[in-house]
Parts: sequence; C-alpha cells; structure tokens
Amino acid sequence: PNCSGEWSRPATETQDPNSNPVKTEEAKLKAKYPNLGQKPGGSDFLMKRLQKGQKYFDSGDYNMAKAKMKNKQLPAATGPEKSIVTGDHIPTPQDLPQRKSSLVTSKLVG
Amino acid sequence: MAGAGGGGNDVQWCFSQVKGAIDDDVAEADIISTVEFNHSGELLATGDKGGRVVIFQQDTENKSQPQCRSEYNVYSTFQSHEPEFDYLKSLEIEEKINKIRWLPQKNAAQFLLSTNDKTIKLWKISERDKRPEGYNLKEEDGRCRDSTTITTLRVPVFRPMDLMVEASPRRVFANAHTYHINSISVNSDNETYLSADDLRINLWHLEITDRSFNIVDIKPANMEELTEVITAAEFHPHQCNTFVYSSSKGTIRMCDMRASALCDKHSKLFEEPEDPSNRSFFSEIISSISDVKFSHSGRYMMTRDYLSVKIWDLNMENRPVETYQVHEYLRSKLCSLYENDCIFDKFECCWNGNDSVVMTGSYNNFFRMLDRTQRRDVTLEASRESSKPRQVLKPRRVCAGGKRKKDEISVDSLDFNKKILHTAWHPQENIIAVATTNNLYIFQEKVN
Repeated sequence: PNCSGEWSRPATETQDPNSNPVKTEEAKLKAKYPNLGQKPGGSDFLMKRLQKGQKYFDSGDYNMAKAKMKNKQLPAATGPEKSIVTGDHIPTPQDLPQRKSSLVTSKLVG
Repeated sequence: MAGAGGGGNDVQWCFSQVKGAIDDDVAEADIISTVEFNHSGELLATGDKGGRVVIFQQDTENKSQPQCRSEYNVYSTFQSHEPEFDYLKSLEIEEKINKIRWLPQKNAAQFLLSTNDKTIKLWKISERDKRPEGYNLKEEDGRCRDSTTITTLRVPVFRPMDLMVEASPRRVFANAHTYHINSISVNSDNETYLSADDLRINLWHLEITDRSFNIVDIKPANMEELTEVITAAEFHPHQCNTFVYSSSKGTIRMCDMRASALCDKHSKLFEEPEDPSNRSFFSEIISSISDVKFSHSGRYMMTRDYLSVKIWDLNMENRPVETYQVHEYLRSKLCSLYENDCIFDKFECCWNGNDSVVMTGSYNNFFRMLDRTQRRDVTLEASRESSKPRQVLKPRRVCAGGKRKKDEISVDSLDFNKKILHTAWHPQENIIAVATTNNLYIFQEKVN
C-alpha cells in the first residue's frame, strides 16, 4: 500500500535542478545583500525573535512614548538649549496618559 | 453529510456571516489574533491584538430543521489582557491574545484560558437570567428603605430577568515565562495544562497559580549556541502523559511525562530528512513549523510550515505520511517574501471533525481545504465581494507563470497584506470560521 499521500509535488522534485527556483531566489538575495550572515537560520534570527517587543530606555521613556501616541501637546522645554538625553522633557503628572481605556468594544460586536 | 463533519463528497461552502468593520483602515487593536470553537461547537471565541475576547454563540432555535442555517451571535465580550511594562527589561508587554483554549464543560458555566506573551488567565463565562426581588430592607434600585415605614415582611423571590452573560477572571497564571508564550494546551485529564514559550514549557494545575513545573527547557548554557526555538506545543487528546512540541528547525518532539520530571529527552523525534541538494539560505526558515495539531483520533498529527502541511503518523518518525503544498508558487518569490518579512508569517492549521479534511490559510485572503480521503484540494477566498447570503464560494486558482487563464490570478497580483493566519473548524458540523486581518467570516456547508 502506498503510504505516501503526496500530491501537488514541489516543483523542485520534478524539474531540471538547474532551474531550481529557490536557488535563483537565493542568488537574488545574495546579490542584494552580500553581507548576509553565514548562518541564516542561526543565532541572529533567533535572538531577534527572543527580543521581540519594543524596547525603551526606561519606564519614563515608555510613558512619554505612550503620551506622544495620543498626540498630546507637550509643553516646550524652557530655554533655548534642549540637550536631550532621554526624550523631550520630563513629564508632569498632567502629561502622563490616562490608563488605556478598556471600554473600547471590539468591532466584531454588532 | 450533516453532523458527519466530513468535507469530502464535493462539499460546497457558502457564505454565512461576516463580523467586523468594512472599512480598510484597520486599527491595530482590531487585528484578530486567535479563533477557537469550544468542544461542542456552540461557542466561538476570538482574541485580538487589543487584548479583547469576543465570544459568539450558535443560535440553536432552528437546529432541528436541517435546511435552516444556524447563526453565530455575540454572546459575551471582555478585555482579557492589558498592555504592561516589564520594568526590569524596559520592554513593553503586548496585550495581544496569542491563544485561547476552551476547557470541556463541567457545569453550567463555560471556562476558557487566554494568554498573551507572558500571562495566562482562566476566565469563567456564566449566565444570569434571574434576580432576587422583594427585599425588605432595600428598594429594587438599591436604595435603603426607611425601616420605620415597613409594616409587613415579605419573602424575596427570584424573578426572571433579561439574560446577562458575565465574564470574570478566576485565575491569573503569571511570572512563569521569561520568553514569549506561543501555545497553551489543556490536558485530557481536565486538571492540568501546558504553556510553551520560545525556550521552555511549563505544566500548570488549573487550580494553582503560584506554582508551575518546568517540563521542557532547551535554553543552552551559552546563548551564543542557540540554534532552535520552540514554536508550538500540544497535549495528546487522549493520553494525558503525552505532548509534542515543534521547533524552528522543522522537527517535532514527542515527550512522555512518565519518563522523567524534566522531559528534555524526547521519546520520539519526528523529522523528515532534507535532500542536501535542495538546501538553500531559505531552507531552515521555511521549514520552521508554525503550528502543530493532533487529529481528533489521536493517531496523527499535522504540522504547518511556510509552504506546506504535513500529516504524520505517530508511529512513524522518519517522514510524514502525507505532504500537501499550500502555495507552491511562492517558492519563486522567496527573496521578496524575505525582504518584506512575510516569510516569517505564522500560519495555523486545523482538522475537521472526522479528520478527513484539513484547512489552512494563505495570502490574498485565500484559504485551502485539503481533502485527505478524496485526494482533492480547493482554494477559496474570504472576501466581501462573495458575501451575499448563502452565496456559494467559487474555487480560486493562482497562475504561477506563463499564460494566465481567465479567472486565474497571477502570483504578482496577490495581496500579501491580506493573510489568513487563523482558521477553526466546528468539531462536529461543516461550519468553519476564517479570520482575515480584522474580519471574521463564517462559512457553512451548502444545504439544498
């Protein structure tokens, strides 16, 4: 009995290996990015995957980024020199965003 | 074929319902991130990037008449997870719901587990259709009655009220995952469940939130030596001691929890040997398994990698028994799919009720039905254009190259932003839920 229920066989198995589409794609990629890592599936990809998530300098930076996202107008820093170290200015309690509303209902409802 | 859950014998699929906004401007929060039927199929849950869960209930009024289609209507909705900030790492923790898994029903209430990247929550969904009325010391609106005006006593009674569905968090399972949770799976013992992140798998008891057991740990001592991560995990549907986990290298390991406390040694390793002449830069990336699902029978398991779906017999480790190409025409587009990151898209897959047909999503809002018994496959599309009531879905064809026939769509015209990553199949009937970016489509078998 034929246990292998294969159909829609991949093109690479039946075609002339010289016209392997994947090898062509690989060549294209290497031409565009000659410095692409030697170990494609190795550490670089995986480390990036493990690091997923937006990184902030600290919680203050996080809160200011959230405030910016809400398009709040932050008061300009006083003085002509703005030596920015972390973000635009030190937020005051009024600038910090309210806790994100939980009351926005999903559009799947109704 | 009503009730058989089979997809063969030329099942024709019809549009039934679509949920969600029509406009193209999709808010991030509305992106659907998981879809799951409960064990009876009566309830259908969705989770989204905004941390919300919406549960639909099948309308059972007309179920006795096979000609009538049952509809799914909103039953309950709640905010499951909120965004958090990890102060130690200065990293944002997304509220996106990665997975929802239902518990089998034990009493009147329904329970489900929902998880984001770091925290799993057990939610109880219960109905209230009566309320006590006729208190002596307070009015119906809650105000206190002036005790000096009370001259008689009455016995409060339960009176019917409009149905209210309440969702309440019963357990919060937190602080057990350093990396991002990709899977949760309830054990057939109905007492425990597993949660898997990129490098570790933990075993929990549903009643206990302050302790969990680490059962798999693939973190190397030196992170520079990291070569693979865990991509999905699932308990066997009947054997409470068995679970599997898949990896980014295309392997699946089956573990037996009776063998040892830490299941770092697998009892079986499923891996298809690669033809070395086919090896390319893309090989490992496209072999990464994005989903693994046991068949209902427990005899097989299905894996989804970037281009194919594979069915494995649990008794045969060296190769799958069936391989189906999902969108083979993408093989000649891997370079651009790598550049636009689509090559990292994680597609899920699912079985129908009697394990005869499997389904998975693709791009351009296409999804594929692969019939194992009939050796037939069909490509269908979830679109507003084909959304007239009971409209039969027309098969779609993609032209890989050369002359494009009428009604075919060329590979270059496919919209890679329209991806169907999440699909679900009713456990008994031919009803399927297909999630596009922000819409949920429900299709049903055509009934004459």
